[in-house]
Amino acid sequence: MTDKILYRGAEAEICLTAYHQKQMVQKRRVKKSYRIKEIDAQLISFRTKEEAKLITLARTCGVSVPLIYDVDLVGGVITMEYLRGKRIKDILNSLGERDRVRICRKIGESIALLHNHDIIHGDLTTSNMILHDDRIHFIDFGLGSISTELEAKGVDLHVLMEAFESTHSKYPDCFERVFEGYVKAFQRDASDVKKKIDDIVRRGRYR
Amino acid sequence: MICLGIEGTAHTIGVGVVKAVKGRCIVLSNLMNTYLPEKGGIHPREAANHHASQVAGLIQASVEHAQVQYSQIDLVAYSQGPGLGPCLRTAATAARALALSLEKPLIGVNHCVAHLEIGRGTIPECKDPILLYVSGANTQVIGFAEGKYRVFGETLDIGIGNCLDKFGRSLGMQFPCGPKIEQYAKKGTAYLELPYTIKGMDIAFSGLLTTAEEYARRGNRLEDICYSMQETAFAALTEVTERAMAHTEKHEVLLGGGVAANTRLRTMVEIMAQERGARFFVPAKGLCVDNGAMIAWLGYLMHQSGIRMSLNDSIINQRFRTDMVEVTWRD
Repeated sequence: MTDKILYRGAEAEICLTAYHQKQMVQKRRVKKSYRIKEIDAQLISFRTKEEAKLITLARTCGVSVPLIYDVDLVGGVITMEYLRGKRIKDILNSLGERDRVRICRKIGESIALLHNHDIIHGDLTTSNMILHDDRIHFIDFGLGSISTELEAKGVDLHVLMEAFESTHSKYPDCFERVFEGYVKAFQRDASDVKKKIDDIVRRGRYR
Repeated sequence: MICLGIEGTAHTIGVGVVKAVKGRCIVLSNLMNTYLPEKGGIHPREAANHHASQVAGLIQASVEHAQVQYSQIDLVAYSQGPGLGPCLRTAATAARALALSLEKPLIGVNHCVAHLEIGRGTIPECKDPILLYVSGANTQVIGFAEGKYRVFGETLDIGIGNCLDKFGRSLGMQFPCGPKIEQYAKKGTAYLELPYTIKGMDIAFSGLLTTAEEYARRGNRLEDICYSMQETAFAALTEVTERAMAHTEKHEVLLGGGVAANTRLRTMVEIMAQERGARFFVPAKGLCVDNGAMIAWLGYLMHQSGIRMSLNDSIINQRFRTDMVEVTWRD
């Protein structure tokens, strides 16, 4: 069976491949010839390692993520479970009001579960969430990190807020609904995080 | 239709005259004059004084250079923001005076959007790009989505040009430091590790600046520091641009702003575009930097789509964000 490219992102190709007679997904980080090899090799191996670590950790926090089968740090390849679901980005705008609100709250709850354990996703957008078996699976922890700081949690949510503004601007309440779910599941004071997000918005250019 | 545009958001006062022919932008003239501080960074009041002393002569020269009569000008456009208050007010005052005396309509435009539209207006194949806009104050990744120009990524602290200037000035270089750093970088051989800060599609440079200054204090070769700064900062810029292209599924990339003159940045973005089968565009040099022609062209597009501005509404806006503009001239 030849490998099929499911998606070509900015830094990696997502391929469908056979691994121990099972259908799996491989995230293959691509060498970029626009950057010098010192930076390229460093970014690829660091992000591959971090991503594999964070996906594994996220599972222990109760957040749905793909199962990891193998990691190749030099080649920058993670072999993981194939989720036959739909990206939230592609379905959110066509959902009914009730389902949309429910999904947004669930997204917020999952982010809070990550943040309760100081896991920062780093690239929260609706293209990095897959609805599968009525569970929202989080993928692409490639820019993620572990951080105890409020700032990191605020930035994490701010990235999602911007993604909603640019991709789902028809429904301006999405982020509010996400935050409702977040408040419910976050074990510390969510109003501190809210204040931080407001800070970050104000810090942006020309606010 | 012939439109005259006045740019004055920061250190450059520019006056351009453009003509629209079948929806394309023909630049008839595009003159500018840049305030150069003797030392330190840009002083807003000094820059505004400079602009005030230059603008009348530039208007006269630009009209002459365009070989048009004042009576042939149909519209006066000016940079309404974002930028430094005193500079914006000087350009806006000149534009109001000109529009009133010619009895022609006046229109204020967003400076960042003008950088994008001049690319679309002057490069026929450039239709729906992601713009990497890199200047002293601004570092934004902009694209058209859901009826507006949206900022997909931007700097969370300082602009890339400002980062290069601050580093250069700390070593006694004179503004603008970017071109000098580019020359040093060409002779760099060893890569010194610098913070590479990307958050989603946003980017930050202050950590990189602090570390580069530290390398300089420790006596590392200036050539190596400049080389490492360019390689790190530009790789991060290219990466966020590619992320925005993947996210929006667009297949064109446009460069704009003063830092777009840097050959290494151009090469990196061009390689990125080639590798993902996208097209790469840079406007002509005089249209990349802050200039009056791009202001004139966006003024024309807005006027053509039915937007009118009264004198009372012509107040400047220092914090005029890209995504505040109602885009009435695109589907």
